[in-house]
Amino acid sequence: MKKTLIDFIKKFGTARVIILAFFIFLCLTAVVFQMDLAKLLTSSLGRIGMWGVLVLAMLPAISSGIGPNFGVSLGILCGLIGSLTSLELAYRMGDSLMMSGGVLFFIAIIISLPFAIIVGIAYGWLLNRVKGSEMMIATYVGFSMVSIMKIAWLVLPYDSPEMAWPIGRGVRVQISLAGRGITRILDNFLAFRIGEVKIPTGLYLFFAVMCLLVWLFMRSKSGIAMHAAGKNPRFAEAAGINVNKYRIIGTTLSTVLGAIGILVYAQSYGFIQLYEGPMFMPFVAVAAVLIGGASIKNATITHVVVGTALFLGIQVVAVPVANAFTAEWSSMGEISRKIIQNGVILYALTQARGE
Amino acid sequence: MKSETNIPELKTKPEFKNAVRDFTTRNMVTILFVVMALAGFIVSGMSPMMFLMDIISRVSRNAFLVLSLIIPVVAGMGLNFSIVLGAMAGQTVLIFVTHWGINGLPGILLCFLLVTPLAMFLGFLTGKLFNRTKGQEMITGLILGFFAQGIYELIFLQLVGGIIPMQNKTLVMSSGVGIRTTVDLTNGLKYGLDWPGLSFDMPELLRPTLPHTIIGLFIIGIVGFLVYRFVFKRKLPSKIKLISWFIIGVLAVVWSVNQINSASMINMIRVPVLTWIVILLLCFFIIFFKKTKLGQDMRSVGQDRYVAASSGIEVDRVRIIAVMMSMVMAAWGHIIFLQNLGAFSTYGSHEQIGLYSVAALLIGGATVTNASISHALLGVFLFHSLFIVSPSSGRTLFGNAQVGEYFRVFVAYGVIGVSLAMHAWKKLLQNKNKLGV
Repeated sequence: MKKTLIDFIKKFGTARVIILAFFIFLCLTAVVFQMDLAKLLTSSLGRIGMWGVLVLAMLPAISSGIGPNFGVSLGILCGLIGSLTSLELAYRMGDSLMMSGGVLFFIAIIISLPFAIIVGIAYGWLLNRVKGSEMMIATYVGFSMVSIMKIAWLVLPYDSPEMAWPIGRGVRVQISLAGRGITRILDNFLAFRIGEVKIPTGLYLFFAVMCLLVWLFMRSKSGIAMHAAGKNPRFAEAAGINVNKYRIIGTTLSTVLGAIGILVYAQSYGFIQLYEGPMFMPFVAVAAVLIGGASIKNATITHVVVGTALFLGIQVVAVPVANAFTAEWSSMGEISRKIIQNGVILYALTQARGE
Repeated sequence: MKSETNIPELKTKPEFKNAVRDFTTRNMVTILFVVMALAGFIVSGMSPMMFLMDIISRVSRNAFLVLSLIIPVVAGMGLNFSIVLGAMAGQTVLIFVTHWGINGLPGILLCFLLVTPLAMFLGFLTGKLFNRTKGQEMITGLILGFFAQGIYELIFLQLVGGIIPMQNKTLVMSSGVGIRTTVDLTNGLKYGLDWPGLSFDMPELLRPTLPHTIIGLFIIGIVGFLVYRFVFKRKLPSKIKLISWFIIGVLAVVWSVNQINSASMINMIRVPVLTWIVILLLCFFIIFFKKTKLGQDMRSVGQDRYVAASSGIEVDRVRIIAVMMSMVMAAWGHIIFLQNLGAFSTYGSHEQIGLYSVAALLIGGATVTNASISHALLGVFLFHSLFIVSPSSGRTLFGNAQVGEYFRVFVAYGVIGVSLAMHAWKKLLQNKNKLGV
């Protein structure tokens, strides 16, 4: 019994066991303190669905061998451009064409796609030239692009009143989506209640469709070739697979999913966050997939789903639980997120040796 | 612009044109930044006086921190992003010494003393971690910084005042738990090193004006050279270099004397000489250290871990020592940094330290595998020049100071990204050539 337990811990990874135990502890505490479980569950479900696609974006990147995509902020930026452009379009078209929130959401996706594809290909090309240091370079490419886009947000010609500052130049830091009816457009689609718990059906449907598409792709001929290229590049090369091409495909797919992911995130959150907003988002997504059981070299859809549920579940539950202990522990949620998120990435880095 | 190359090159009378091209390609980044800083300075329409004042205080503030990055580069561990931990250690000590109410130079010296074991301990742990992630030290260091930020916040935001008792109305938040978001060092440790006379009722002590400092430096330089030449009887650097340095020195002295005799505002600029001495000592230490047995071991570990291991060097131990040294220097550097600023944001001041110091080093012409003192000092100067001029040039060019501010942040991230990518690409090509593919 003891041996199987140790085996299980070894297989599952010490860091993950600690995190799982922490999550169970948080949930138990929530029960003991008689908190509003329905409310906690509702907001957990919302938060998990909100991040789902962004975490899913890690999967093609890891499979194709570039490792967790620390530069998924590039995709996020493409998504932001798409969303701003679609809002601007709605404003310029104005009364002639009243577009509903749902239509605008899909227009945003369609506009962001070409950007994401082009950026993804260029980014994949770059990553092919820096094999072995992808993670560090992806991080800094992401950081530099986010900071150059800060300048872009100041100078791009978006002047719809809900986006632009009333005086001066540039776009606001946070743009509310409420005015165009995009807020929670997916969350509320076919949403229903079980008791007090609200199930955001549309959000999960969308996430499921995305997972299904990725799953199908991974089982297609290209998907299998990509997986092989990621798993063992030399072997794949010998078998006649163009490794660099599949790495570019993986990166592009990851970037596209990042773009769609931020749109899902924004509609759920109700605001588009610009400037500093996308800077540290990749780390959350990376940590989530790693918590789910993925490694730097291997990830599956199960890892994505489990990891998102566990990591974002902890984030939702931690805050009220910490507050229940003492009112002074208000920052505990954010602090535990930082420690868990970066701790698990560090853990995965130490495990990558010899793989 | 000096650039050290480790590999001695065969020189067969290179033509002038080739030499120029060689120099340009080797110092591309640096030249680009010289041009950018100059252009920014002209566009901003800043007065040289303001610029000079600002740059002196910024360079003496930041140089020590940037110098702390050199040793891990020598040991082949790349740019040490984990100096953020050293900065946190520095801040921890500053908070406690401020709490105990020890001011001025004695306070700063106490900070140096107390932070050393703490930084060594953190450096030891970081070194252990780096040894488990060989080849990925930089990303590990970066993430470790974020991780440590969480621990740091846990201690100072949640535990201090509660579990760790601390009674101090100015430092602790009104709720009694957690350090306030900014810690003010005014009337305490502020200028403890820059202006040591403050705590001894001798405000003029070790605060000469800029022209006096230049003359002093010139005299020290001459004396140092003579000692070097006739007492130690060492070989001399090239004659052209010597003569050009001498001419620059003489011109600077003439200018200084001229300034002293006029009623120029330049005479108002005071130089934190003690800080400069500390920085200079660190430079000498690094030069000296590279020549010791340990320093040589470090260099061979940096060139090839496997070769070093097979020649009997304990690679892991040497790497841990390199990180520990860097960590202690970073902690001291951050204390110097903050005593000059005079106040710090408890939960934010250390965050950008890694980014800006690494960017400064790279701008000076360093790479992931090659960094020297001249890279560090030149880099600090250029980076801060750009920092000073960019808001006002942003205002002139775009009508928005914010653009300039965002631009300089972009530059910091961008220069790191580009130079890491160039390095990785070069390495990949070299490996390919080695394999003969």
